[in-house]
Amino acid sequence: MDIPYTVQPRPDIGLYNAKLGIWLFLASEVMLFGGLFSAYILLRVGAAPGYWPHGWLNVWLGTLNTIILALSAITTLLAWVACKVGHFGKFKFFHACTLALALSFLCVKMYEYHDKWIHYEIKLNDGTFADGHMRENDPAKDYVKIEGRIVNDETLLYDLRSQGKIKMEELEIPRSKIVSMQNYGPWHNTFLAIYFTLTGLHALHIIGGSIVIGYLWGPGSKLWKKDPERFTNRIEVSGLFWHFVDLVWIFLFPVLYLT
Amino acid sequence: METTVQQFPPFREADDHHGHDEHGHHEDIGFLRSYVFSTDHKIIGIQYGLTALCFLLFGFFLMILMRWQIAHPGLPVPFIGSLLEKALGQPAAKGVISPELYNSLGAMHGTIMVFLGIVPLAFAAFGNYVVPLMIGAVDMTFPRVNMASYQAYFIGGLIMLVSFFIPGGAAQAGWTSYSPLATTIPTHGQLFWIVGMVFLISSSLMGAINFIATIIQLRAPGMTWMRLPWFVWTQFVTAFILLLAFPPLEAAAVMQLMDNVAHTSFFLPTGLAVGGQLANISGGGSPLLWQHLFWFLGHPEVYVLILPAMGIVCEIIANNTRKPIWGYKSLVYSVLAVGFLSFIVWAHHMYLTGMGTKISTFFQTTTMIISIPSVIILTCFFISLWGGSIRFNTPMLFALAFLPMFGIGGLTGLPLGFNVSDVHLHDTYYIIAHFHYVVAPGTIFALFAGVYYWYPKMTGRFMNEFWGRVHFWGSLVFMNVVFMPMFVQGMAGMLRRMSDGGANYSAAVNSRAGADVIGGLSANIMSLHTPIFWGAMCLGLAQIPFIINVFWSIKHGEKIKNDNPWNSTTLEWQTPTPPPHGNFTREMRVYRGPYEYSVPGHATDFTPQNEPPEPLSAPRISTAH
Repeated sequence: MDIPYTVQPRPDIGLYNAKLGIWLFLASEVMLFGGLFSAYILLRVGAAPGYWPHGWLNVWLGTLNTIILALSAITTLLAWVACKVGHFGKFKFFHACTLALALSFLCVKMYEYHDKWIHYEIKLNDGTFADGHMRENDPAKDYVKIEGRIVNDETLLYDLRSQGKIKMEELEIPRSKIVSMQNYGPWHNTFLAIYFTLTGLHALHIIGGSIVIGYLWGPGSKLWKKDPERFTNRIEVSGLFWHFVDLVWIFLFPVLYLT
Repeated sequence: METTVQQFPPFREADDHHGHDEHGHHEDIGFLRSYVFSTDHKIIGIQYGLTALCFLLFGFFLMILMRWQIAHPGLPVPFIGSLLEKALGQPAAKGVISPELYNSLGAMHGTIMVFLGIVPLAFAAFGNYVVPLMIGAVDMTFPRVNMASYQAYFIGGLIMLVSFFIPGGAAQAGWTSYSPLATTIPTHGQLFWIVGMVFLISSSLMGAINFIATIIQLRAPGMTWMRLPWFVWTQFVTAFILLLAFPPLEAAAVMQLMDNVAHTSFFLPTGLAVGGQLANISGGGSPLLWQHLFWFLGHPEVYVLILPAMGIVCEIIANNTRKPIWGYKSLVYSVLAVGFLSFIVWAHHMYLTGMGTKISTFFQTTTMIISIPSVIILTCFFISLWGGSIRFNTPMLFALAFLPMFGIGGLTGLPLGFNVSDVHLHDTYYIIAHFHYVVAPGTIFALFAGVYYWYPKMTGRFMNEFWGRVHFWGSLVFMNVVFMPMFVQGMAGMLRRMSDGGANYSAAVNSRAGADVIGGLSANIMSLHTPIFWGAMCLGLAQIPFIINVFWSIKHGEKIKNDNPWNSTTLEWQTPTPPPHGNFTREMRVYRGPYEYSVPGHATDFTPQNEPPEPLSAPRISTAH
């Protein structure tokens, strides 16, 4: 029993099976991220005045990651072209680049997550707020050390963009003055919740795509000898997925970093 | 569409020498590979069918427990009460169903019936078994994805079942899982529900991609779009709905998971108090957001439930009236219209949320518009009956009963679609009666019809006709005994989700102002609980002949005399019985539409789709029209 059109496109449709399948899958992915983006919109318009953060994320790191993913889109395309024209060695090189770029994207992302993880907002008993990166938080000691600042008005912590360069200094805060203390995890507010969820889901897609591309680059590339056409199709299909993941980032970057 | 027919690669005879065909045609691949981890669409279809029927029975059993509790609040469940207490512990102490357990039963009845019972049976089981056969395909496009789809469904179902036995029991926030309720109930049932749903969503995603790709890519030569049996069209539209409507629920499930596990506030508003205490959350979330995302799936899901059922009814009506279905093109365009419109009606479930009258007006308008293609579909079926020489066999009886039962369900939906009348009827038993008429005597009757109709193709034997009729009449009578009184109760103002059937509520209101004031429920209304309970019990009894019939007929049913026992025109009857791996033993080429019954001048009263045009007719210019 042979299933038709696994390699050659069906003439009246113009697609082979897997290519149609991946396009359908991507349609559902659009709806998945669409649901989360609409959640972003509803949460943002529903936020209390002055409490939707601006300038919390590092635009330069975001730009760096955008460039990394854009480059990886190019290498993915070149890897497919190399297969198309029969240069297996070039394919290996370009997809090695794709994998390296994916890894660097994840490293940058991990640094950004860590940066938020050690960033604390501390409510003090005199009504002010200390805010900054945790430097020392030893339960045995009766103080915590942060590198940050103290503000009177909490909304100052939300709009960082209009304040110009903010001066950070090392502060030692006695535990007796602390009312509550929370890091910038997803529980901190709805912006961070949607930020971690969206970028986390996107990072999962990067990891999943890397596993597939890594498989096709390593053990899966044996198919090249047996059936180069079929292998090229696999590179095309996984490439389509990769381009979609890049495209999601093109939406994430302005929505989360620039607004 | 006209000229491409000749370009298809020639059909390959079934052969065994393909090295990469891991399945082969010999029977030596072992029991596990043949029946458990099979990639054959027919086996997967049967797996889906049997599992889904078991879940339907289980969901029915949950309902019986609930009806007992409503009819006899506070009394221990007879016979199985002690068993319940042993299995579930505190929530069923002394064999009495506690309000918490009642909530679990309600939430899981809905979840199981919709996501584990009807959708897998209507879409995955019938779709898997019948669609590739109907379009003349050897299998689904992605057989291994198909297998993974069933496995994901099975795991999702197991997670849902296991959740009954964890401390605190299964999810209690209704099948709609509205936040913040779903997040603030301090048990882990909701967590299991979400994880189970993620598996079920993945399963239906894989199924949907497979169905669409199969219908687009694997149609036999000559099977043009307008020659597809209408059942295939309904499955096609259903697959698109599943593909595009489920992911937003997955997004919502991810966010609710974050709310439950990472203590985010996606759906938790500022100032939320739990148990009199201000909750320790950041707030700022939106409960309405969950409802929008849920109903963005939830309403298209209604059409996932009903469209395949309509498709089955269409095939059976055409076959048993022995005449072409009336208005094939109208049916095709209507099902496409329904599929599209189903995406823009969701907020009619939310009129009472305070989302604003302008939004209500928009969704009320689209809701009225979507009833137009639905009515066209039903009207086509009714007109198809006109002047037919109808064969009243069991599948046809169920298909015929579908029409008025679905009609009642559909028409009683109109007052719910208008936001003014919905204010009164919202969340009452009226809506329970309404959607059960659509799904229970509607969809489930069509599914029974499908089982009786395609059973001979799966096994080579008919199901027993006499017991089929007993099953039919019992089901028809008792379905109505169960659901008709609920319209009355609902219009009298009885709310759903009250674990004692409104006894306490009524007593409190009536003691203040005397019986029969607004808000109180009269003794007449309350006394309807008892006949509903016994109606449900009898409905259960009426299913016993069906269950026995399904298994007994495998060995003892009347043997079919040829591969096409119903004298049908569609391709699934042009295979050996049961169809082997690879389905067809000769080339399938399609020359005509799906419902050529009683064609004047033809020797038989049916002309199969693959029968070539008669040689004496006009010279062949093109094989497709």
